[in-house]
Amino acid sequence: MPANLSARFCSLLLSLFLIAFALPAFAGPFEDAVAKFANDDFSDTDEAIGAVASSGNKLAFPIISALQDGRLMADPDSKKVYVTGADGKSIDAATGESVASVPDSASAVRLNNRLRRSVDAAIGSLTLQSPDVGTRLQAAQSVFKSHDETALEAVDGALAKETNKSVKAALGDARAAILLFKPDTAEVEKLEAVATIKARGDQEALALLTGMGDQPASVTKAAASAIGSIQSSLAVWSTVQNAWYGLSLGSVLLLAAIGLAITFGVMGVINMAHGEMVMIGAYVTFVVQDVIRTRYPGLFDYSLLIAVPLAFIVAGALGVLIERSIIRFLYGRPLETLLATWGLSLVLQQAVRTMFGPTNREVGNPSWMSGAFELGQITITYNRLWILVFTLAVFVILLAMLRYTALGLEMRAVTQNRRMAASMGIATSRVDALTFGLGSGIAGIAGVALSQIDNVSPNLGQSYIIDSFMVVVFGGVGNLWGTLVGAFTLGIANKFLEPVAGAVLGKIAILVLIILFIQKRPRGLFALKGRAVEA
Amino acid sequence: MHSKSTHDIAASFSRRGVLAATAGLMLGLASISSAKAADDTIKVGVLHSLSGTMAISETTLKDTILFLIDEQNKKGGVNGKKLEAVVVDPASNWPLFAEKARELITKDKVAVVFGCWTSVSRKSVLPVFKELNSILFYPVQYEGEESERNVFYTGAAPNQQAIPAVDYLMKDEKVKRWVLAGTDYVYPRTTNKILEAYLKSKGVAQEDIMINYTPFGHSDWQTIVADIKKFGSAGKKTAVVSTINGDANVPFYKELGNQGIKAKDIPVVAFSVGEEELAGIDTKPLLGHLAAWNYFQSIKSPENEKFIKAWQTYTKNPKRVTNDPMEAHVIGFDMWVKAVEKVKSTDPDKVIDALPGIEAKNLTGGTSKMLPNHHITKPVFIGEIKANGQFDVVWKTPGLVAGDAWSKELDGSKDLVGDWVGKKCGNFNTKTNKCLGSGS
Amino acid sequence: MTPHMLTRSLDRGATIFLAVVAACGILIPLSNLLLPAGSFLQVPTYLVALWGKYVCYAILALSIDLIWGYCGILSLGHGAFFSLGGYAMGMYLMRQIGSRGVYGNPILPDFMVFLNYSKLPWYWQGFDMFWFAALMVLVVPGLLAFCFGWLAFRSRVTGVYLSIITQAMTYALLLAFFRNDFGFGGNNGLTDFKDILGFNVQAEGTRAALFALSCLALIASFLICRSVVSSKLGKVLIAIRDAESRSRFLGYRVESYKLFVFTLSACMAGVAGALYVPQVGIINPSEFAPGNSIEAVIWVAVGGRGTLVGAALGAVVVNYAKTVFTSGMLAPYWLFMLGAMFILVTLLLPKGIVGTFNAWWDSSKEKRAAATTASAAAEDGITEPRMAE
Repeated sequence: MPANLSARFCSLLLSLFLIAFALPAFAGPFEDAVAKFANDDFSDTDEAIGAVASSGNKLAFPIISALQDGRLMADPDSKKVYVTGADGKSIDAATGESVASVPDSASAVRLNNRLRRSVDAAIGSLTLQSPDVGTRLQAAQSVFKSHDETALEAVDGALAKETNKSVKAALGDARAAILLFKPDTAEVEKLEAVATIKARGDQEALALLTGMGDQPASVTKAAASAIGSIQSSLAVWSTVQNAWYGLSLGSVLLLAAIGLAITFGVMGVINMAHGEMVMIGAYVTFVVQDVIRTRYPGLFDYSLLIAVPLAFIVAGALGVLIERSIIRFLYGRPLETLLATWGLSLVLQQAVRTMFGPTNREVGNPSWMSGAFELGQITITYNRLWILVFTLAVFVILLAMLRYTALGLEMRAVTQNRRMAASMGIATSRVDALTFGLGSGIAGIAGVALSQIDNVSPNLGQSYIIDSFMVVVFGGVGNLWGTLVGAFTLGIANKFLEPVAGAVLGKIAILVLIILFIQKRPRGLFALKGRAVEA
Repeated sequence: MHSKSTHDIAASFSRRGVLAATAGLMLGLASISSAKAADDTIKVGVLHSLSGTMAISETTLKDTILFLIDEQNKKGGVNGKKLEAVVVDPASNWPLFAEKARELITKDKVAVVFGCWTSVSRKSVLPVFKELNSILFYPVQYEGEESERNVFYTGAAPNQQAIPAVDYLMKDEKVKRWVLAGTDYVYPRTTNKILEAYLKSKGVAQEDIMINYTPFGHSDWQTIVADIKKFGSAGKKTAVVSTINGDANVPFYKELGNQGIKAKDIPVVAFSVGEEELAGIDTKPLLGHLAAWNYFQSIKSPENEKFIKAWQTYTKNPKRVTNDPMEAHVIGFDMWVKAVEKVKSTDPDKVIDALPGIEAKNLTGGTSKMLPNHHITKPVFIGEIKANGQFDVVWKTPGLVAGDAWSKELDGSKDLVGDWVGKKCGNFNTKTNKCLGSGS
Repeated sequence: MTPHMLTRSLDRGATIFLAVVAACGILIPLSNLLLPAGSFLQVPTYLVALWGKYVCYAILALSIDLIWGYCGILSLGHGAFFSLGGYAMGMYLMRQIGSRGVYGNPILPDFMVFLNYSKLPWYWQGFDMFWFAALMVLVVPGLLAFCFGWLAFRSRVTGVYLSIITQAMTYALLLAFFRNDFGFGGNNGLTDFKDILGFNVQAEGTRAALFALSCLALIASFLICRSVVSSKLGKVLIAIRDAESRSRFLGYRVESYKLFVFTLSACMAGVAGALYVPQVGIINPSEFAPGNSIEAVIWVAVGGRGTLVGAALGAVVVNYAKTVFTSGMLAPYWLFMLGAMFILVTLLLPKGIVGTFNAWWDSSKEKRAAATTASAAAEDGITEPRMAE
């Protein structure tokens, strides 16, 4: 949303200018600076940004924000620079006069990372007093990052007028950062600045304090103690962060394994094509997004909501089809289902490769799944959070379904004692087909979620199948709670081992632990009891 | 009893017959197909995985060679003969690469092979090419430390990609702190080793270099991205040099985007991420991250525009992207054609001797040359990722850079050179004036 | 099928099988070496190498069939033993390169020079001697299998649990060998071999000899497996396969039997790997990939689980199909064909090729036997209904 707002804000400013454009055109440093944009040279552009931003000219903001959005057009031949508005109208950047059209030879002024930082800093100091709270906050933060001393005056001015609490705090931080880096600041002020920044307590504060260079002894000392306290508090937070990563990894494992817990755990079918069901779910998401992109771009944020039921239906229907055509001939021969489903997984992979091509397909994050927020000193990304929520929801629904619906009752009956269930009048073959379909369907919706964090390629399924089997076996075959606990245990253990041992050794350690654990509990964490076990 | 034993004998006979016939049939099939080697065409082997994990990258290269052969045949072929592609699928399986290479050379009698992507696949086929004396064109950027008589390396050596990229970051972005992140295999290991030595020679302290390796297909990047963030908050400008391979890149970039690491703060420069890889990612959050290559689709040159147009027409897909290894194949193919036309033969020895010194236009407006060490000269470009999945070139080397087979930054190889013209040796030690190892 | 019939059909199949393998082992190398290149009957060198690979796979399949077909242990990690044997041989071959590596270091393999090893790691010591390497080919997989089995069988880990932890084992090894710090060449593995016992590995004679040796090893493995399964021990194994608890209650020490046969099988897989490496020319961690082990199990199923001939035949048939399918016009579709083959075999030939053939043969023989009895009865003058003519 902020992009949208700022665009609206820009066009507002722009139209203000179009009304009052009869400004006297004064040739001078401003115009020379603007002309530099046309040189297509990064250092010239950088100089131009600085000159334009500090010119005090009313055109400065429209020019710089146009530059940021790629709307600043420069004609290399005539050295003329134009600002095109979001509404398609254009003005001459040097004079503010509106022009009928931008010449074809003009192209957008190019930026690189260094320039983007300059642009951010410039926009920051220019928008400190913007009417919009979000913009002001952003401005204060970018000034904090750039801590350019030329912005001090603007910050002080903004601080005097600011009423919003969080913006005020951000401005205070920005001011402290500037003072810290300004060579002629009084020592007392610098010490105050260190205290302000210490109160922030985050990684950016740490970066600022460690990178501040030569300072008076007292300031260096204060900074060192501030760094120490920030680091120790961050160390505590990093444990929390690891736990969160573990939960998040666990939710991914659970999501991938939960369908398998049904087909493998409940039905005893070693379904090697489970990963391919996940992959098909991901491709359904791709297709949905592709249709939305080309036909109904407005619906993009709902793409996943549409994809979830569709993926369930597609993968579930495919599951029923597979059960009816292959698996049902193999009951009682569980190891042979391994063989047939392995063959099936090869076929499905290659089918997808033929249909969609071997390369990754793009699946975007809807806006509500992009980005992150800070909780204390840990970063929580929205996509991971939603995946966790989604996984738990799927788990609860599945559990409720098994417990409270007729189908669930029949499923449990067939699992526990097939012959007895059949003699009670349950159509076991129908239940088998539906159970397999349910497991596959859940794998399909897992694919929708995984498409948000992983590749959508024909190999997607392969990367999850082994982990899924580990989770199900570790948790105990035939027990959904076991799968839940297994997934989260493995996820968290992995994430606490990773910083110590590295990603590869951590994973090896987990595998060895699983092997040893199975020796201790040969039927997994939550073992089924009773005679059925030996069957 | 009597009748039963006759049955048994008959049974064993018939069964023996069946087995023998099957075995004979199999051998026969294979030898018959090897018997027909047409003389009116020149066969070109294409050894790229069409299935398995590497299909994602290699399938495009197969299409590229088919496209180039098609174009060449439209021009009348080579030496009056049409070219014929022989495509096999080594299925991302390294021993299968060796087997298929052997099959292409002995059974199909191909004149040249274009193929391989991963280092291990190249290592796997190397002995085969040496033994059977054939020619391989290898189109992918790789770790160097190799110069073989039968292989021509048209991708970048480390000095044609990694070092210029680091130079750019040091000069233009004033980077002081470095994360070298890679997949745990030989290319990232070598590149990072070379870079580490290079950075230290430029005065970067050990504590300002963080090296991190992850397994193939690593998909959970939360911890590592957080570590990078932490490493980057030490008050010095930090950059990530990524040699992360293939599949692992998408989740890596997604995590970077989501954890809010912007290129403005911590730029990531990648050596294995090109147009093809970006086609699978929403690139808006990646704006400004970098890649170093010898070719970008967005480079404006008449050759490039012509090539892209012809390629998109050939694949009937107006959105089909091009990338660096494709360009390497274009150059390699052109060089091979020129060499074959020069010596008017496809005899491997003659072609191998003719290739060094052959020049071919690259797609970025320059002319690449095959060097005596079987590597080529290439320009180096640094591109920033744009929102449309293409790259904006922000820097390039003033001229072409010659590929070093042996890195000058490593102790073990700094005295080695590859020279197949004068010294006839791939690993000649200039200090001891000796050709190391078997030398062939 | 009664055990009696099983052994009988095995005996006959075994003779044919051994004859065919021996014939291949003698004739193919001779034809390759003696006949002029390009003549119709000459087997080209590349086919010798290819078939050599199949024969190694056949040994691996036999080792899997021994534990799966006769003892009910489904190992999804047998590729690990195969690869370990391969690595042991690969280390010997690496040491034989000597100073002919690209860096010309007489002791250290190239990848170690490159990774700045100053001396050979302790676990590489001794591999310059063939006898030591050959011993390690048996000892390393055997020891791993022994430890693994000792833990797993004593804890009574069975069924899918065992299958999955064997998979975990090979997966952990895969990751470990991928690591460059592990000292086995990382992803590139061991390659560019020069000599074996002083003979050039690429020479035609060496290849032919390796092929003959592989056939010999296949025959030996087959005889070992057969003597195991047809002995009293084999009967106990089958009893364990069919009713583990009952066997235990009858007083057999199930875990000891299982441990013995599992270790033996791992050693056989190791030998297969050791013969595979010089013929293929590379050993790298991807051999540990769980998919490879699953595929090896599938060869056994395709050929016929519980028939030793079937296991070997399955390995050859599936791999031959793979070779054919991955070339030429079929290349883009080979996974369809391979996948379809697995599905169809499971559905239509549940006993595998050899198992189905045996069943068909036995039933047709019974019919013929019945017919013979009937006609004999007619000759004996017993009345029967007249057939309409």
